[in-house]
Amino acid sequence: MIRLEKRPSPSRFWATATPILAVIATMIAGGIMFALLGKDPLEAIRTIFWDPLFHETFGPYSRPQLLVKAGPLILIAIGLSLGFRAGIWNIGAEGQYIVGAICGAGVGLAFYPTDSVLLFPAMVLAGALGGWAWAMIPGLLKVKFGTNEILVSLMLVYVAESMLASASQGLLRNPEGMGFPGSRNFKEFPAGHNAEIFTNSGMHWGVVAAFIAVIFAYILLTRHMLGFQVRLTGEAPRAAKFAGVKPARLILFSLGVSGALAGMAGMFEVTGPAGQVSIDFNSGYGFTAIIVAFLGRLNPIGILLAGLLMALTYIGGELAQLMLGLPGAAIQMFQGMLLFFLLAMDVLSNYRVRWLRKEVTS
Amino acid sequence: MRSVKTLLATAALAVGFAGAAAAEDPTKVGFIFVGPVGDGGWTYEHNQGRLAVEDHFGDAVETVFQESVPEGADAERAITQMALAGADLIFTTSFGYMDPTLAVAAKFPDVKFEHATGYKQSDNVSVYSARFYEGRAVQGTIAGHMTKSNIVGYIASFPIPEVIRGINAAYIHAKKVNPDVQFKIIWAYTWFDPAKEADAAKALIEQGADVILQHTDSTAPQAAAQEAGNVITFGQASDMADYGPMPRVSSIIDNWSPYYIARTQAVIDGTWSSVSTWDGIGAGMVGIGDISDAVPAEVKAEAEALRDALAAGEYHAFTGPLTKQDGSAWLADGEVADDGTLAGMNFYVQGIDGEIPQ
Repeated sequence: MIRLEKRPSPSRFWATATPILAVIATMIAGGIMFALLGKDPLEAIRTIFWDPLFHETFGPYSRPQLLVKAGPLILIAIGLSLGFRAGIWNIGAEGQYIVGAICGAGVGLAFYPTDSVLLFPAMVLAGALGGWAWAMIPGLLKVKFGTNEILVSLMLVYVAESMLASASQGLLRNPEGMGFPGSRNFKEFPAGHNAEIFTNSGMHWGVVAAFIAVIFAYILLTRHMLGFQVRLTGEAPRAAKFAGVKPARLILFSLGVSGALAGMAGMFEVTGPAGQVSIDFNSGYGFTAIIVAFLGRLNPIGILLAGLLMALTYIGGELAQLMLGLPGAAIQMFQGMLLFFLLAMDVLSNYRVRWLRKEVTS
Repeated sequence: MRSVKTLLATAALAVGFAGAAAAEDPTKVGFIFVGPVGDGGWTYEHNQGRLAVEDHFGDAVETVFQESVPEGADAERAITQMALAGADLIFTTSFGYMDPTLAVAAKFPDVKFEHATGYKQSDNVSVYSARFYEGRAVQGTIAGHMTKSNIVGYIASFPIPEVIRGINAAYIHAKKVNPDVQFKIIWAYTWFDPAKEADAAKALIEQGADVILQHTDSTAPQAAAQEAGNVITFGQASDMADYGPMPRVSSIIDNWSPYYIARTQAVIDGTWSSVSTWDGIGAGMVGIGDISDAVPAEVKAEAEALRDALAAGEYHAFTGPLTKQDGSAWLADGEVADDGTLAGMNFYVQGIDGEIPQ
């Protein structure tokens, strides 16, 4: 019999060491998988983790791409982590991301072809508001009627996907697009385009926003009363009650912030790297960000690193497909292993494994 | 005499070929796929085309591919990386890659690009697509004859001209042989999602459909029909012969191999230029899979005659008199649709219930 016993106080050392161990374990297990697929495991792992950064042909292109890919993940994950810390589970960031993109792009397209410098800030605001409003639906339902925010926020993702399909075929469709779905391309609309701030740096405003979010979240959690309440609610709900934390306020706050950040991420993405509102514009950032939040230990600095690591596995994975002919599914499995090992290590650092001999009763 | 000439020519070609291959690196041909190569449908057939290129050219050509590339921001990176990896010719095989393909093509003027099913060309971007609607006409004929409930279910993917053309072509020809036929259409909003496609098929069967047509790429609707029994289906993009003779009674097969080989040859010869290609059954880009024994012989003969007429160019799948759904006239008696209208088709023909989602 195996039994898990909760450790009285998990070691701080292991809390930081487990993500690194999980990465190493993933490399080993992934290497075995690649070897079984008939590829050189060392070459595969080098292609995934090293080539995107230092390969002489790909490096100069993929280094900036790391920021492009990590930006939205970090921005969304930071918002989610606040709620997750307080035990409020916003699973629907993907939906808030979509609605933010529709609202942000919608405001931009409404003023096409203006060249006002005020347009872009207005679009950012609209994106944030859209995501915020979408997150307020599960928030208010939970506060007023006690519904489960996990279910409501998740189901709203599918509603948002339908809205996206409708927007790209109707309301926001490019009038010069010959009836095909998809909006105008923001790359041809400079006032609304989320362009790179420096050419070839990968730095667009969404990446800047992600860095700002990391700093703000860090200050909030370490220096601010609200951050203290968030942490307290998650760690000791009863104590939080005695300390005068109002759960309703906290729920609305954390869902609202995560919704607004996800909405902004969507807006930056649709007007920048993606370029246009299209039916398939969302590619799962809202869900991947959940992994990033946990991989980063719900800690702002951790999330920053986790987002970059996740981006690395994506871009490295693409290179491995391209250069070594690895199947796409193998790359997804490799990413899945990362989460699996992290969660497994988590269990081991929080719990002690006890081997119990079955007692014989006569 | 003639055979000697051919032999000599072949030998000369082979020598020239070997010389070229030895002197230069192999030509690198890249493919960007929207689904996994094992989807059994759309991407599977594009990958068959890739393998045909490898077979045909041997060591003179090297191919690379990336599968399951999302149509959003990731596409541009995937295509760029392929160009950086030294590809000379890149096929981007889904509509959603249109703007990313053009963006990358502008940065790599020496690389040739081929975008499937789009409408934007540039100096180094060609577009190509197949007249799948010709196959739909054949399907519609079989469906109209075979349905007993007079309800034909249609799993549509996205409301784009390509899909709407298919619905119209199938409906026109089903109606021609069976005036009581009715179409029920479900929009799945996906090209490949077995779970969603199976749900759509089941919903249509519950509504009385005994023929299921699909414009999505997985075999899930075939499996759902098999389970229900007495429902017929058609393979989509790929033959899906595993599901024959019932429920799969025929199929539309995309055959990209000749095109991919010809375009690769053009790059090798240095004769590549930007073109817009839209081929049908006649050119071999669209194939009609074997019509199984579940279909009565006279229906089979009628469907095959239609196929041959389409291939020979004697008959056009959109021949008047045809009226739009809103009652306005479209084509006069004997008039055929022009390619411009077909390319941007955004209306149903008269008789189809429901609206195209906006």
